[in-house]
Amino acid sequence: MLVGWAGFAVLPWYGLDRGLFSAWMLGGYPLKASTAPALFLNLQGLKLWLAPMGVLLLLPLALWGRRKSDPLFGPALIAIGAAGLAWLALQGFGIGLRGFQWDWLTALFGELDDRQFGMGWGALLVAGSFLFLLTLGIAARGAIGGDEFVVGSIGFVIAVVAVFIFMPILQMLASALIDQDGNYSLSIFLSKLFSARLWSLDCVTGGSRCGVAWNSLVLAVLVGVLTTLLGLVFALVLTRTGFRYGRVLRALTVLPIITPPFVIGLAIILLFGLSGAVTQTLDSVFGLPASRWVYGLPGLLIAQLLAFTPIAFLVLIGVVEGVSPSMEEASQTLRADRWQTFWNVTLPLMRPGLANAFLLGFIESMADFGNPLVLGGNFDVLSTEIFFAIVGAQYDQAQAAVLAIVLLFFTLGAFWAQRFWLGRKSYTTVSGKGDSGVHPHLPDGLKFGVYAVAGFWTLFTLVVYATIFYGSFVTLWGVDFSLTLSHYVKAFAVGWNEFGIHWRGAAWSSFFTTLQIALVSALPTAAIGLLTAYLLVRQRFAGKNAFEFGTMLSFAIPGTVIGVSYVIAFNVPPIELTGTGIILVVSFIFRNMPVGVRAGVASMSQIDKSLDESSLTLGASSWQSFRTVILPLLRPAILAALVYSFVRAMTAISAIIFLVSARYDMSTSYIVARVENNEYGIAIAYSTVLIAVMLAVIGIMQLVVGTRRIGRRGIDLSQSRTNVSASGPAPAMGAGG
Amino acid sequence: MTRIRSNAASVTFDRVTKKYGAFTAVKEMSLQIEAGKLVTLLGPSGCGKTTTLRMIAGLEMASGGRILIGDTDVTRLPATDRDVSMVFQSYALFPHMTVDENVEYGLRFSGFDKKEVLSRARAGLDLVGLAALGKRLPSELSGGQQQRVAVARALVLEPQVLLFDEPLSNLDAKLRRHVREEIRDLQQSLGLTVVYVTHDQEEALAVSDRIIVMSEGEVAQDGAPRDLYDAPANAFVADFIGEANILDCDVVSVAKDVATVTLGPVNLKLPARGRGEGPAKLAVRPNRLEIHAQGTANTLPGTLAKVTYVGSHLELMVDTERGALFAVTGDVDAELAPGAAVGIGFPPRGPVLING
Repeated sequence: MLVGWAGFAVLPWYGLDRGLFSAWMLGGYPLKASTAPALFLNLQGLKLWLAPMGVLLLLPLALWGRRKSDPLFGPALIAIGAAGLAWLALQGFGIGLRGFQWDWLTALFGELDDRQFGMGWGALLVAGSFLFLLTLGIAARGAIGGDEFVVGSIGFVIAVVAVFIFMPILQMLASALIDQDGNYSLSIFLSKLFSARLWSLDCVTGGSRCGVAWNSLVLAVLVGVLTTLLGLVFALVLTRTGFRYGRVLRALTVLPIITPPFVIGLAIILLFGLSGAVTQTLDSVFGLPASRWVYGLPGLLIAQLLAFTPIAFLVLIGVVEGVSPSMEEASQTLRADRWQTFWNVTLPLMRPGLANAFLLGFIESMADFGNPLVLGGNFDVLSTEIFFAIVGAQYDQAQAAVLAIVLLFFTLGAFWAQRFWLGRKSYTTVSGKGDSGVHPHLPDGLKFGVYAVAGFWTLFTLVVYATIFYGSFVTLWGVDFSLTLSHYVKAFAVGWNEFGIHWRGAAWSSFFTTLQIALVSALPTAAIGLLTAYLLVRQRFAGKNAFEFGTMLSFAIPGTVIGVSYVIAFNVPPIELTGTGIILVVSFIFRNMPVGVRAGVASMSQIDKSLDESSLTLGASSWQSFRTVILPLLRPAILAALVYSFVRAMTAISAIIFLVSARYDMSTSYIVARVENNEYGIAIAYSTVLIAVMLAVIGIMQLVVGTRRIGRRGIDLSQSRTNVSASGPAPAMGAGG
Repeated sequence: MTRIRSNAASVTFDRVTKKYGAFTAVKEMSLQIEAGKLVTLLGPSGCGKTTTLRMIAGLEMASGGRILIGDTDVTRLPATDRDVSMVFQSYALFPHMTVDENVEYGLRFSGFDKKEVLSRARAGLDLVGLAALGKRLPSELSGGQQQRVAVARALVLEPQVLLFDEPLSNLDAKLRRHVREEIRDLQQSLGLTVVYVTHDQEEALAVSDRIIVMSEGEVAQDGAPRDLYDAPANAFVADFIGEANILDCDVVSVAKDVATVTLGPVNLKLPARGRGEGPAKLAVRPNRLEIHAQGTANTLPGTLAKVTYVGSHLELMVDTERGALFAVTGDVDAELAPGAAVGIGFPPRGPVLING
């Protein structure tokens, strides 16, 4: 009851915050149109279309003093909130469409920020307060037990997902229909969509090149299948052969998390490129002429396999361990031998995991941008085509949008097919109860095969990373193999001058920007992710499936598509962010949100639901329960989500490359630019530093998480074996492609 | 010294329904639980008893009908705002808080000052005899101790209604009997209103003032433990509480609420319980069947199919023309062997007429 009243008392205050907040921030701020809050604009007789919102915000005052069980209370708040949001959206988009001058518009809306902002802080707060009025109203009508916190959170997550995922995608779809002159044209759209450049099958019939779409699809399917197989091999080695050095193998799973994806491509060039180490050795020893074979499908395939196999491994290891040993033991007592058991019981039970691993490999390959850029040669794929459509001489937004649509179609198709395939079947092999028993070992023949493949691949991976490390010290790879520190000096030199430390190296600026942006984005990413996970695991509400689908969708959307759609959507009011650091932060938040969600879902399902229920019956509100019971128990998951979103933000490239600006350049895009200029030395040295930094971050996190105090009983149910949920892909821990 | 008191209030269900999509978990249920009583909801899994309990707690919201605690309508009130606390099957002790912190938890949100919180928590732990273990983590306690902490944590809030969701199911058999007596003693000495959910009929018979037997979301029977055992209303209750033989019989005549019943060669005079003439059903407890020599007057002839010695008594399966009957006899020295012909007698207080 107390909490209810507190929430109630806060209400009208929200209604005033537009005036209060601005006054509080700016003190005696000027009445200039560019910085004045809307209220003062209205008082001066300007921008009168903002006035209805002010009136709407005053209305909740009329409800002051009424109890929330009052039948008028809920519907009134819903009406006010909905009307406010609708008006806000209407004037935001409406004015843009009527074609006012852009700078006049920004002058209209830019309230606090002297950068080119669409809606400013004032508008943001007004939108927020309308949203919470709306959700309070819905809660007061009794939705979800009348819980303001839960309804408010749902509203908040839906709103941000709608604005930052669905709106950009829709705007991108719309812009695909616009031709160069700004008119809508279906025929041009169709001709672009079905152009030979995309869909040609020349290479099958002997021509020189196939359509870009086919290239991407073939590569992605190959990568998906092969990474799944390799991942399975590693998982089997670890869990079914009595292999003793499992910790070493597990360490491999860290690699894709800390490695910017294109770095593998670089290493492949250093090894197999025209002046690569292997190529030159073969040339001198066997007289094999150096060729460009590695540029194209073969090289891309190798690079992506190296980059994404650990991701499949990460997924499959959980799956292979998740198959309950009692199933296999039962099978053996029923007179099946080890082969038959593996083939008839183990493998079928792993089906959802295999599907997840394939999906991950497929999407990562589709979305991969760095490797094709570095290694692609004449083998064009969708993600690089999109980049060149935007960045290249042609600057054709519509072309980029069309390509992005095709890419999105592929990944969403795979996403949907996977859900459909696994749809109704339950593969959970064990309920909550712990399960004793030992996994049987593989039959010998399979065991040696598996050892051979895993050994070769591990060796190869080590060579690749050694190459990167060594390459960073080599003067000019392939020409002058003498060792030097010059690349590091050039990138990371530090000097002293009269102001103190002077960061002279060329890389420092982008390095600090990256650190800063990654740090800033980590907290909201983890917060939104965990909040969403809490809603998904702990609350029941209408449309929850759609809610889950919506929040996981951004995982299936390749970074390149996000990048393009953000460029298109946030280049213009009402939300104008292009060229700011905020757009980078926002893109990271929504790119990495699924990781936070999955981490939260995984650890929250291990916390018995009766814990928060008992907190509720002891008189804590749902917010207090969340804060005092769930959050402390989730501390390791929170830390993990923070670190992963930080690290992923450091290594991402695909979305970022569209969004960086001179002022906010990121490490990865800086490195790619060096590669394009053939400055391999600096690129590799910089990559090595990034990998080292991230290794350190992950290591520190392991140390901290490893020493938690909580007693084992009660929460540490991780021993219980459950199969990977069939409902969605496992966390994509890998770098953002 | 702070003492834990009781603010016992009644609970009223007025045609309460709970639906999950198309599935109806609780159907138009009406019941009244008096203040200061211990009432058990008993039934097989999936009968809606836990759903009913959670609706009292406010963890589930009723889809229809009204719920009152005392005279207050709480139908739409969330758990936080109801003056009800609950002891969970898993105890749900917060693993990251000590015993003291667990017991203080609810008090912290109830607007007590720091001193009051401490003294009430201490009083609660005293009540369950765990005052010495306040600094431990739940994981350092035995199952029985954890259970008592959970009870103390609920009691210190002096709730109007205290709910127990299968509180004994995680304890071993010996401890179970002990703890259920403790719960009953606490309830009676403090005068608490307790709603108790269990699927164990013996536990229900032992602790309750009243038992509500539920089946498929509806009340199957509602009454004192003895009434339920001795006079089950229907075959479901007869079979669920204790074991029962259900037999077809004929009511020949009814006079002054006494029915004359025939069962093959057997004639019985039983309370009619509102039934008229015609075919009916009879429930008899296994220990209320008598084993006589075949041919004894007014007995049902049968053949012993199985004799099982279980220490304190003999369990018998007897094949008769009315089907196989299950009987129990305390005379473990009786010379009974499979294949023997026997006559089954029905003592006057044994059989009960029931609804099909």
